[in-house]
Amino acid sequence: MNDFFGDWHALLVLLLAGVIPNQIWRMVGLWLGGGLDEGSDLLMWVKAVATAILAGVIAEILVHPPGALASVPGFLRYGALVVGFIVFTLTRRSIFAGVVSGEFLMLAGKWWLG
Amino acid sequence: MAAVRSTILSAVLFVTYIGIGALAHDTHFSLAWALLATLLVWAGPAQIILISTLASGASVVQSAIAVTVSAIRLFPMVVAVLPMMRTPQTKRRQLVLVAHFTAVTLWVECYRFLPHVPRDRRIAFVHGLGSGLALIGLVATAIGYELAANLTQTFGSAILLLTPLSFLFSTARNSKELADGLALGLGLAFYPLASLLNSGLDILISGVAAGTIAFVVHKWRQGP
Repeated sequence: MNDFFGDWHALLVLLLAGVIPNQIWRMVGLWLGGGLDEGSDLLMWVKAVATAILAGVIAEILVHPPGALASVPGFLRYGALVVGFIVFTLTRRSIFAGVVSGEFLMLAGKWWLG
Repeated sequence: MAAVRSTILSAVLFVTYIGIGALAHDTHFSLAWALLATLLVWAGPAQIILISTLASGASVVQSAIAVTVSAIRLFPMVVAVLPMMRTPQTKRRQLVLVAHFTAVTLWVECYRFLPHVPRDRRIAFVHGLGSGLALIGLVATAIGYELAANLTQTFGSAILLLTPLSFLFSTARNSKELADGLALGLGLAFYPLASLLNSGLDILISGVAAGTIAFVVHKWRQGP
């Protein structure tokens, strides 16, 4: 296979581990439609677990960084998240301000370290 | 496309998919794989979970479980979005594409735009909005992928850092209930502990533990 497509096995894995397990919930929502209580305990627990899994993925990228991010020392990766979050909180939850300041800290730190 | 241009959230979407494209590159997936994932999965968290679990050596079943748990939140979103455009004549198959496009960005934008759109034109409107957002996602995935392939290590790492930052802040912004904020904080704190177990299911273990504690605390605070 050429570089663009990669191997077919990976595309099959995408279908089995990515597309189907994800789409199934949209289709369940489409088929069942109403009759669902947004505030039910089960749904609230599921949402909390889903949020915590996403938080775990954020932590994983910082703790076990992929590719180029591994060249950034740990304290700068964690520092960028902490400083970004402080700015995010101070700017009345501006995602943009949080991302820019986190990135700025990481780049400035990397430049300073040489 | 006019609707898409005026969307503030499309900037967040763009940044998120740049990060996803770069992540896919640095974990050795092909560009076609990354683009197909954006087109067919169309959910940032699920894509990041898929890429990072597969790259860290998880089995197909383990990745699928992590992805499907993250995708459960799409179910109430679809249930909330569809009544906004349903008419007594609407057939279920007319809503399949709307259900596919439903993700946090479209969900928020439907609340913003649909009240200004006549009910019988809403499905067409959402098809246009969804396609525009998907196009932004695809372009950003390709740009992120190519940037990660061609940039210096410093800028490459800056692009990879976009993903955790933009996801943390956009999730924090959407956390309205105590349970959500607590789940986010505990989830961040628990992962490093769970990763010491080295079970291959670290993300699931920390997620279920942190989410359950957040839920219990929330219920307990509500009191009898």
